[in-house]
Amino acid sequence: MQDSTIQPEKKQLVIIGNGMVGHHCVEQLIERGATRHYQIHVFGDERHRAYDRVHLSEYFSGKDADALALGEANLHATHGVSLHLGVPVTGIDRDKGDIITPEGRLPYDSLIIATGSYPFVPPIPGPSENEHPQARLVYRTLDDLDAIREHAVNARRGVVIGGGLLGLEAANALKSLGLEAHVVEFAPRLMPVQLDDQGGTALRERIEALGVGVHTGRATKEIVATPDNDYAYRMNFQNGEFLDTDLVLFSAGIRPQDQLARDCGLEVGERGGIVIDDTCHTSDPEILAIGECALWNGQTFGLVAPGYTMARTVAGCLTDVCEPFSGADMSTKLKLLGVDVGSIGDAFATTEGAKSYRWIDEAGSGYRRLVVSSDGKKALGAILVGDNSYYDTLLQYVQNGIPLPDNPAVLILPQGEGGAPTLGADALPDTAMVCSCHNVTKGAICRAIDEGCADIAALKIETKASTGCGGCAGLLKQVFEHELESRGMEVDKSLCEHFHYTRQELYAMVRVEGLHSFDELLEKHGHGLGCDICKPTIGSILATCWNQPIMDPQNVALQDTNDTFMANMQKNGTYSVMPRVAGGEITPDKLVALGQVAKKYDLYTKITGGQRIDLFGAELHELPDIWEELINAGFETGHAYGKSLRTVKSCVGNTWCRYGVQDSVAMALELEHRYKGLRTPHKVKMGVSGCTRECAEAQGKDIGVIATEAGWNLYVCGNGGMRPRHAELFATDIDSDTLIRYIDRFLMFYVRTADKLQRTSVWRESLEGGLDFLKEVIIDDSLGLGEELERQMQHVVSTYECEWANALKDPEKLKRFRTFVNNRCGDPDIVNVTERDQPRPARDNEIQSLAVEIR
Amino acid sequence: MSTATAVKNATQVLCGVRDLVDYSGVVALHEGRQIALFYLPHGRDRHSAPEVFGIDNHDPFSKANVIGRGIIGDKNGELVVASPLYKQHFRLADGVCLEDDQVRLDTFEVRLEADRVVIA
Repeated sequence: MQDSTIQPEKKQLVIIGNGMVGHHCVEQLIERGATRHYQIHVFGDERHRAYDRVHLSEYFSGKDADALALGEANLHATHGVSLHLGVPVTGIDRDKGDIITPEGRLPYDSLIIATGSYPFVPPIPGPSENEHPQARLVYRTLDDLDAIREHAVNARRGVVIGGGLLGLEAANALKSLGLEAHVVEFAPRLMPVQLDDQGGTALRERIEALGVGVHTGRATKEIVATPDNDYAYRMNFQNGEFLDTDLVLFSAGIRPQDQLARDCGLEVGERGGIVIDDTCHTSDPEILAIGECALWNGQTFGLVAPGYTMARTVAGCLTDVCEPFSGADMSTKLKLLGVDVGSIGDAFATTEGAKSYRWIDEAGSGYRRLVVSSDGKKALGAILVGDNSYYDTLLQYVQNGIPLPDNPAVLILPQGEGGAPTLGADALPDTAMVCSCHNVTKGAICRAIDEGCADIAALKIETKASTGCGGCAGLLKQVFEHELESRGMEVDKSLCEHFHYTRQELYAMVRVEGLHSFDELLEKHGHGLGCDICKPTIGSILATCWNQPIMDPQNVALQDTNDTFMANMQKNGTYSVMPRVAGGEITPDKLVALGQVAKKYDLYTKITGGQRIDLFGAELHELPDIWEELINAGFETGHAYGKSLRTVKSCVGNTWCRYGVQDSVAMALELEHRYKGLRTPHKVKMGVSGCTRECAEAQGKDIGVIATEAGWNLYVCGNGGMRPRHAELFATDIDSDTLIRYIDRFLMFYVRTADKLQRTSVWRESLEGGLDFLKEVIIDDSLGLGEELERQMQHVVSTYECEWANALKDPEKLKRFRTFVNNRCGDPDIVNVTERDQPRPARDNEIQSLAVEIR
Repeated sequence: MSTATAVKNATQVLCGVRDLVDYSGVVALHEGRQIALFYLPHGRDRHSAPEVFGIDNHDPFSKANVIGRGIIGDKNGELVVASPLYKQHFRLADGVCLEDDQVRLDTFEVRLEADRVVIA
């Protein structure tokens, strides 16, 4: 251990385990200021940052390890928490108060065990694990998933042993990998813990309809290697039947990971689990345990919400207020293989005198059960299969003891047009739990709104509601909208005082009504003169729709100064000039020409992050002369001033690079020349990398393209800058034509539906339905818009014209490029000094001292 | 400036109307002052007589001479120009900043005479 990490004045707090619960505990400790009194050490035996295990199967359907990661990457470093990834803790020495790792010992004053659980693999005889790892796969960690993916490459069929929640998730993972998936369950029905017989039957029918084989009531006797058969293994069942397969995945339940506790003599339960009291203390007062490894009141909890509650209890006990853990609601709402499943409270009617209402749809494989108290006044539990839109309301009835309506059956009966019955948000008491992952009540949400949270995004950041499993997103939105309404606040989406419409609505008006000027739009749908909000927004919409030059007389007054003068205004009122250097590729002759222009006009030059060269310090009246020379040298405008495509950054690709697998420069050039000039709600950046090393940093761009052996992977909605966002994998191994088609549709859909000045990353966060919805629209063409979007893009592409070349041809347009209309001189207040052999604007104090010298 | 000795009270020509840009600004240099000229060819309701406004080109927030390159419009019925750098709004009529009424730009008495813009 590094001695420097031990600070004697602070107590040592060690956390073993960096899973979801361990991570949440660290977050809570930091939030409560624990780092003032404790030096915190976190040990995780996985090499990854803490990640979202609940959504693990998304690893095979687009998300990568980074996208699943929890919290901020620099959380630990920022708060001085030592994070030891890939370092297993091998023992606890309670006498000395040390933990033991392969790297040495570390003393602790307090110790939190958050080791979670491990997959239970029943002792079924089979081929040796070393030689046949694919016959004994498990599903728990990212490394497990990598192993599954590796073995799935040459497999056609995969079998999951275990038909519970995790088993069905695992079957989904196999299906995503293109395998024929089967589920084998020992119990007579699927999800025996959450569902009753009818529920299990409905779920089975739905899952079989998706092409997944379901084999319930089967005990596996043995697994035999069958090298001469079509499939690699045969599973023999106790009843004499068998099932052939290429790989076997065990998901037959989890067991508390309590080995460290056993080894050091802490009290553990008969069937495993570290015994804890209401404050999560183990039998040793210095040691606490939380999450799936802990046994409270004779039960363990295999869900994330109770683990989070324990984490909060512990963080409170170690800092300010110790709120005892008092059990947890085990209600769950899931989407398994795309099928809605919900289980609430006393789903099996075990309460004395409980009665049930059931709705069974054998034709459509739907099932709903409502369990009520003996007097019929309170809801006790529920089961849902096929439609979770009933879940939120039922949960509120159960959790908050809200009196049932006279005919409780209406709560589970099919509804007409209006969809599932909803308990109005106003019917919920302030104590009603909205987000059980983060313990956020309706009252807390109301307070956050009172304190100024004006949209859902702000509310999520402030309260953390709906940032755990996300199951409460719908309810959160309802509560938010209801609360705004009850406060008499209208969510005013007007663009500004001149147009009581959103950008999206104005876009539609311009398109549908064929409006070609701001004046027409103002006349028909607006008031007053316009302003610096609506003018540039509508200027941008007109440019996207009709691609008229922005310098045309009817458009010129609409543009921000940067668009007006087609250059970027700097702090002293001069401009920077940035010609297009598509894909970052530039000939020596053009490089020389740029240098000559910069020298002639005494411009400061700097290479930008977008692989181009920016020339700073040009005065307004110099711009046409500068551009005349640049255009003669073969340059065109770079649109650095516009809300439009900026650059397509690229690496050198397989032309030169020994690792490259595709010609990334050629693709970058094709994309940049295709989309240059397209006016968008905000700027758009792209990147193309020639191999998976990703030298072009494409995953930080609005559109990122990464070469694969088979074609291209497309990533969307990334961002660098102020709020970095990792781009999400959108399509894999597509050919160049498909790539362009998807990008055409994506960009035009963004243009059509985004708010003003909304980057793709923020737009994506605000899209209801998220990435899946976007894929449906772009890839599956679910809205039937595909062709229209492509046609609109093609119009922009075919009518492209360099704006500077256009302006230089027209003396009327050049009239504006005068510092003074009545004098040919420049602005006398612009003063430069030389620094590092280049000009830069003089600072205030420098101007004053220069003035003194002149006097 | 050579015009500094010109006789006061007489009107002087700043530029031609053709030098102005509809519903936007240009800048004229007058006796060492930079005057941003904003031109409303059909008035503030876009249906009446033309108007022109003269206001100091110097932006006190950025300390750069850029006001003439701002977007004009109306806010609550008052004509304003938005600074192109940090977007504060100034009333064309009296130069007062809407975001900070302690800040005021100088205004100039300019008007249209035939095809010319003159200053009093």
